[in-house]
Amino acid sequence: MATLTTVRPPAGEEPVRPRRRRRERPGIKGLRRSFQRHWTLYLLMVVPLIWFAIFKYIPMANAVLAFKNFNVTKGIWGSPWIGWKNFELFFANPVFWTLVKNTFVLSVYTVAASFPLAIILALALNEIRNGLFKRSVQLVTYAPYFISTVVVVSMTILVLSPRLGIVNEGLGFFGVPAIDFLGDPDYFRHIYVWSDVWQTTGYSAVIYLAALAGIDPALHESARIDGASRLQRIRHVDLPGIMPTAVIILVLAVGNIMAIGFEKAFLFQNPLNLSQSEIIATYVYKTGLLNADFSMATAVGLFNSVINLVLLLAVNVVAKRITGNGLWS
Amino acid sequence: MSARSGATTVLGKRAERRAERARRIREPRTDRIFLVCVYLLLTVFLVVVLAPLLYILASSFSSPEAVSSGRVLFWPVEFSLRGYHAVFQNPQIVQGYLNSLFYTVVGTIVSVTMTIAIAYPMSRRTLVGRNVVMTVILFTMLFTGGLIPTYLVVQSAGLLDTRWALIIPQAIGVWQVIIARTYLRTAIPEELVEAAQLDGCGDLRFLWSVVIPLAKPMIAVVALMYAIMQWNSYFDALIYLKSPDLFPLQLVLRNILILNTTGGGAVDASVVLQRQQLADLLKYSLIVVASVPVLLIYPFVARYFTKGIMIGAVKG
Repeated sequence: MATLTTVRPPAGEEPVRPRRRRRERPGIKGLRRSFQRHWTLYLLMVVPLIWFAIFKYIPMANAVLAFKNFNVTKGIWGSPWIGWKNFELFFANPVFWTLVKNTFVLSVYTVAASFPLAIILALALNEIRNGLFKRSVQLVTYAPYFISTVVVVSMTILVLSPRLGIVNEGLGFFGVPAIDFLGDPDYFRHIYVWSDVWQTTGYSAVIYLAALAGIDPALHESARIDGASRLQRIRHVDLPGIMPTAVIILVLAVGNIMAIGFEKAFLFQNPLNLSQSEIIATYVYKTGLLNADFSMATAVGLFNSVINLVLLLAVNVVAKRITGNGLWS
Repeated sequence: MSARSGATTVLGKRAERRAERARRIREPRTDRIFLVCVYLLLTVFLVVVLAPLLYILASSFSSPEAVSSGRVLFWPVEFSLRGYHAVFQNPQIVQGYLNSLFYTVVGTIVSVTMTIAIAYPMSRRTLVGRNVVMTVILFTMLFTGGLIPTYLVVQSAGLLDTRWALIIPQAIGVWQVIIARTYLRTAIPEELVEAAQLDGCGDLRFLWSVVIPLAKPMIAVVALMYAIMQWNSYFDALIYLKSPDLFPLQLVLRNILILNTTGGGAVDASVVLQRQQLADLLKYSLIVVASVPVLLIYPFVARYFTKGIMIGAVKG
């Protein structure tokens, strides 16, 4: 239909194309025209949109379960309302502060350890010439990112095992008695964070390396002519150059601080280190799926989601202030 | 004569080199020390990442006795393949491996198809409503219903304890949609669309015979992201599956590797049975077997992953 409005130039003549690009026109009229023109494209979007409705938006609606006393036979919408009772119970529960603290500390510790290390690795890689060494360091440090969480946790457990582990073997060499790292809650956070650093530093460095590659070489040249040492050039050319990237990444990390994942903490958990390894996500899993207290688990999950949303929005405001534009928009 | 001229050229070269060196800005001595430190630091990074991998690899090729007595460092001791033999004799592991292959292949096909189906229309500038759709999709990144509400949806959809539970609920990744849309917007010029329309090519035919061939690099990136995610995940299987014959490899791994080794056991150096030794060795071999497919293809795809991060970083 739309092609009819385009006038074909007579054959043989140089086609003079009018540079009038059909842009979308807002409003109902524009929508109707666009639909007539692109109905196949709209049709294409139907299945994915239904997917988003079912697996993303219905669960959001289902979250009202937090305010209800779930009854399997009556279903979500038929169950009786109980208001804020689940939240009151959760806040009054002594486990509440432990969960919030464990989640928060674990997350902050992870960011504090991995954020600077990734930058240091990228800066160091950027200093040396392209060659076999540089490529091998990059390839090797990047590799653990592709290993699954289950395998990383198993490797950590094996390496730290009091009976077989190489670490205790080494400690034994110096006469230190074997330590049961995973059975001691005080080691949990260090194990979690440093295994994470081991796995992701090489991957995170890639982003900074790209930012470093984008720095104008003329800046380095002129700094050299002015007699700046390598360290001074890192300090005054490289660091300001990657600052915008670093700020965005840090801000995003802060925004996700209460959203720390379930997978790894759960795998490292055992009855002995629970006092430090129980975080909100694992608590939701246990309350909901193991103890079948759906309403309470939904309430705890909703509490976490809302905190995340607030944190992200707040962080977006900060990012706008610092960098001039937000994380999205 | 010839010897003389040879000497002058050597001299000339030497002088040239000296002049060249003088022209170049002299590196301060501190810089050379600094560079040595940089190399040292990078070596530390390299060793720290490589050491555990080597330790696991070396152990997996050693004898059960050597592993249990902690004699293995970074080279196999009493080379043997008994660990691998045990891995491939375990029906659970073989079944898990096959299941994971199925989930990865089918899941990736479904995910890529769905991602392109939603991303391509949104990349077309003349499509009214594409920003509304994008907002609807982006919002799911900000706020989620949570574990239990999602579980209840999967349950009422009748997917619990079926293979589809690992494929459908995670089919679309918002991040991948953003990558695909951004790529398609920049790689397919509007002029191309107009030219095709002029020739009477409809939207679907254009997608099939122009867009998809042009977007092969992007499709490769997105497919690899989905494939590796699917291969490495265990959480969905943990909550949605009950039948052991449906378990993907990662869940089998968790049951064998982690549930056996809660740190609770006392430091026990008493008589170790041979079966215990073999069970220990099996863990090392199992880790290698599970990670090798990903680590083998990784050096070839790392580049594309980097590209993917970069495309995604360009806000659309």
